[in-house]
Amino acid sequence: MTVQLVRDDLLPPSDPPKRRHLISIGDLTRDDVSRLLATAHSFERSLEREMKKLPTLRGRTVVNLFFESSTRTSSSFELAAKRLSADVMSVKSSGSSVDKGESLKDTALTLDAYDPDVIVIRHPHIGAPGLVAQVTGAHIVNAGDGMHQHPTQALLDLYTIERNVGPIEGLHVAIVGDVLHSRVARSNIQALALMGARVTLVGPPPLIPRGIEAMGCEIATDIAVIGGADVVYVLRMQRERMEAGENFVPSLREYTARWGVTPERLLPGQKVMHPGPMNRGVEIDPRVADSPDALIETQVRSGLVVRMAVLYDLLTHGPVEVKSELAEEVA
Amino acid sequence: MLFGKEGHDDLVVRSARVIDPVEGIDELLDVRVDKGVIVDIGLNVSPNGHRVVEGRGLILAPAFVDPHVHLRTPGREDEETIASGTAAAAAGGFCAILAMPNTDPVVDSAAVLGSLIETARDEAEVPVGFLAAITKGQQGEELTEMAELADAGAAGFSDDGRPVVAPGLMRRALQYHGITGLRVAPHCEEPTLSRNGQMHEGPVSAELGFAGYPSVAESVMVERDLALARYEQQPIHLLHLSARESVEALSAAQAAGVLATGEATPHHLVLTDEAIRSLDANLKMNPPLRSADDRSALIDAVRDGTISVIATDHAPHAAHEKDVPFEEAPFGVTGLETAFAALNTYLVEPGVLTLPTVLERMSAGPARAYGLDVPRIAKGAPANLVLLDPTAPWRVGDGGFRSRSSNSWLLGETLRGKVRMTVAAGRIAYEAA
Repeated sequence: MTVQLVRDDLLPPSDPPKRRHLISIGDLTRDDVSRLLATAHSFERSLEREMKKLPTLRGRTVVNLFFESSTRTSSSFELAAKRLSADVMSVKSSGSSVDKGESLKDTALTLDAYDPDVIVIRHPHIGAPGLVAQVTGAHIVNAGDGMHQHPTQALLDLYTIERNVGPIEGLHVAIVGDVLHSRVARSNIQALALMGARVTLVGPPPLIPRGIEAMGCEIATDIAVIGGADVVYVLRMQRERMEAGENFVPSLREYTARWGVTPERLLPGQKVMHPGPMNRGVEIDPRVADSPDALIETQVRSGLVVRMAVLYDLLTHGPVEVKSELAEEVA
Repeated sequence: MLFGKEGHDDLVVRSARVIDPVEGIDELLDVRVDKGVIVDIGLNVSPNGHRVVEGRGLILAPAFVDPHVHLRTPGREDEETIASGTAAAAAGGFCAILAMPNTDPVVDSAAVLGSLIETARDEAEVPVGFLAAITKGQQGEELTEMAELADAGAAGFSDDGRPVVAPGLMRRALQYHGITGLRVAPHCEEPTLSRNGQMHEGPVSAELGFAGYPSVAESVMVERDLALARYEQQPIHLLHLSARESVEALSAAQAAGVLATGEATPHHLVLTDEAIRSLDANLKMNPPLRSADDRSALIDAVRDGTISVIATDHAPHAAHEKDVPFEEAPFGVTGLETAFAALNTYLVEPGVLTLPTVLERMSAGPARAYGLDVPRIAKGAPANLVLLDPTAPWRVGDGGFRSRSSNSWLLGETLRGKVRMTVAAGRIAYEAA
């Protein structure tokens, strides 16, 4: 069998060129993750050398399409693209045609007319990034789809752990709180398991999805188990997703008393992470949030270089190994 | 109870493998139909000047009965009409279908029912019966005028799409069976357990992040309704069962003498919740696709007859309503035109179910559950026949659908098994091109 390399733009239209996306941690291999984290580290060093802007993606267009409110993720992607000299356009659902009832598909088709290289999308519903991938020619980066996935958050968390705690293989990470409504938890469980960490979920049973141990994690209800973890990852109590009468927890007061992460429940030197935004005094004690062992601000800084790495990787090497992609093309 | 276009065709089907599980026939025979009635079954039947259809290599069976179809009329004629839905049924090999009353307006009065019956007489390619709602507007608060609806020609009663939440009201509906003689067919769903649920609750929903619709949301209502039917000593038909616990409850009730029947859909018999990983909204339906264990319990129940009815729950939806993220899409998939081929390809060919079992559960089973005449291949019986090519491959969606909607759970799949001809109530309702 001869393997012929065909330029993407020369492929016949019936067989559209394979585009690479980052929609789920499940799209990545361990090697992909290692390469992305290494790329992020090299970007971090270049930024330390006071080269705030790299020419790498000059002439490329990145569209940030946010259907949900976001401060850190949207600003992080915007800055990441700008640091790589890409042109960035941000579209938010409020004040756009979405307010007038336009469907996601039509919005995506409209934006596709500008031939963006990358569309970064956040959407309240699972699968929205895949739908946009179907109707546009851009590389898609999922910046959070409903309760499904938030892969760049998991990558920046891995990066933060690797740089501040040590190699991920063999570490024990406790994820505490509202796992049910958390895309951050789902991406992190997958990513940590992929890299060889041990993961324990801790929280009230109604907030731990039935059957989630099949993702390769353990489940506990007693907060005391966090004492044995190298990293305590605190999830936000998603109050906006707790409709009145759902009764996931009887009260936030009781939740905090049972599962709030307080200095008393931590060992000295235990590292604490939180994806933000925090509800101080609910899932995390302010003394923990402000302690030197909290890596919360570091996570935000990691977010910038990891998202630079993701954009760079998609538009250059790609997170999919070249070999395996060729194999697919040939098959 | 069934209404459609009239017709009395003449026909001879020559040398087909005639399978009628009810009559105990499975052999190569000729069948002659005079003016819509089966008059001769045998070898070398004289054609009597009729058109002769060559049946060599094909199967001739009693045509199918689908007791669970959404015709979307009145209200959503863009998605389906009586004409298009019954044309789809004819193409699927069905000689009779029952339509659910969750339309807009709901079929909860003799006036709405009467207008549907009149339209059906003019437009229906195969006879169609209309179920009326159990409660006014399917609101679960007040009973419909069930006796009057029965007199007006209702085929049964259901609030399909919604549960009758109040047990006291469900009890009254069952009591009315004593007057109407028409089956009460509940949609079993406990709404505080299924609340916001998008798919089966289990490892797949946990990983994907979808709100779970646990199997116990169905089975607690199945157990409640069976208890009520037992107490009132009235028959009951349980719609679209999906969970092992529901099947077990049905089996126990039948053993205790309750006149309970249950149905399963082709999609629940073929797929599991693993399919939802594709995030395809054409796999979203209520009840949801469940675990491999649930699926295997359904298959066993169809095999042993605990579940005597296979029903499509054909639920057409406009393309733009399904071409959205999964959670935004409405529940429901189409199924009339693919039911036999799907079951043949995924269950009969691999040897999971026998062909006679599938044919029986698609025809006699549903007819009996609703007290309809059982389609039979017997002298003197009205011709309700389906001619099947069990090996012919086709790709679902190629050539479009007769249904106005294309939200098939099998879109793009290659199936084996084609309907060549459908005769419904003595009239040739469909012939493959």
